[in-house]
Amino acid sequence: MLTNEEVAQTIIQQFGQSVSDFDDPYDLLTFTADRDQLVPLITYLREHKTLQITFLTDVTAIHYPDTPGKEFCVVYHLHSLVNNFRLRIKVYLSDGNVHVPTITPLYAGANWMERETFDLFGIIFDGHPDLRRILNMEEMDYHPMLKQYPLEDATREDKIDALFGR
Amino acid sequence: MASDIKLVEGPESYNGAGFQATSFDKLIGLARANSLWPLPFATSCCGIEFMSTMSSTYDLARFGSERPSFSPRQADMLLVAGTIAKKMGPVVKQVYLQMAEPRWVMAIGACASSGGIFDTYSVLQGIDRIIPVDVYVPGCPPRPEQILDGVMQIQELAKNESLRRRNTEEYQKLLNSYNIQ
Repeated sequence: MLTNEEVAQTIIQQFGQSVSDFDDPYDLLTFTADRDQLVPLITYLREHKTLQITFLTDVTAIHYPDTPGKEFCVVYHLHSLVNNFRLRIKVYLSDGNVHVPTITPLYAGANWMERETFDLFGIIFDGHPDLRRILNMEEMDYHPMLKQYPLEDATREDKIDALFGR
Repeated sequence: MASDIKLVEGPESYNGAGFQATSFDKLIGLARANSLWPLPFATSCCGIEFMSTMSSTYDLARFGSERPSFSPRQADMLLVAGTIAKKMGPVVKQVYLQMAEPRWVMAIGACASSGGIFDTYSVLQGIDRIIPVDVYVPGCPPRPEQILDGVMQIQELAKNESLRRRNTEEYQKLLNSYNIQ
């Protein structure tokens, strides 16, 4: 059984300054990594003899419009099927520089996940073989999950409260 | 003949011994109304409800809609049941364009009629944004009885439609407002 403590120590020993903010909300090991160390980090976790974190569960992003310098956060969920151990890596990006290296060479499954993240959040994955929208229509000229858009179109008259007896 | 069998009433006509005189409009309307072949475009929960409508309990075939056509060929009635995403919009429009006149369209359920609860960037807020609609069936999802009622409404439209309606300027204007033709 791997514990969060052990794994965190292993990662800190290897990457030192480029990883930070270790935490375990709901017992899920979570930490922040630097953009330029992301690919070596995930490669290291995959090739490690005892950790064997060889499965990419998910790639997504979060938008924090009110946090200056850390407007975007790309989140990687990894899973070790051998040890039944999960962890979460966060990479913070600033608005205007939403580039992050792709991990498709490591995990082919990242291809569609990164396309989805690009589609909904506008994160650019450098080196991705085919970075185009996957869910929304090609003609769409914005990234709908950004929090700058209101939840509802305020100009509409066909779904006002009065029509629903509210 | 057993008394519980219902026959369709004949059109208004002038009857005499051995002959019956009526207008072409009514005769053809009668034929069209009682053989509306549906093209079910079912995407979600309303589609399941529509399957129920086609099955034995509700039996859509009673209305002459015996053959659900999954191609636009020979289909008269486009039944759009379920959420239509904006990405699906062009497909619905293409299916509509491939159907031959006369054609009727029914929007089944809240989503097809207005986007329903999905007041969001990815969902078309009602199919009447891309194709003309004849009958809207409310409900989320509507019961099969409501869908049958919608079909009967379309039958009424088909019965009472003038033969030249599809050639009128008004109809051309309607289609042009959707950039059709």
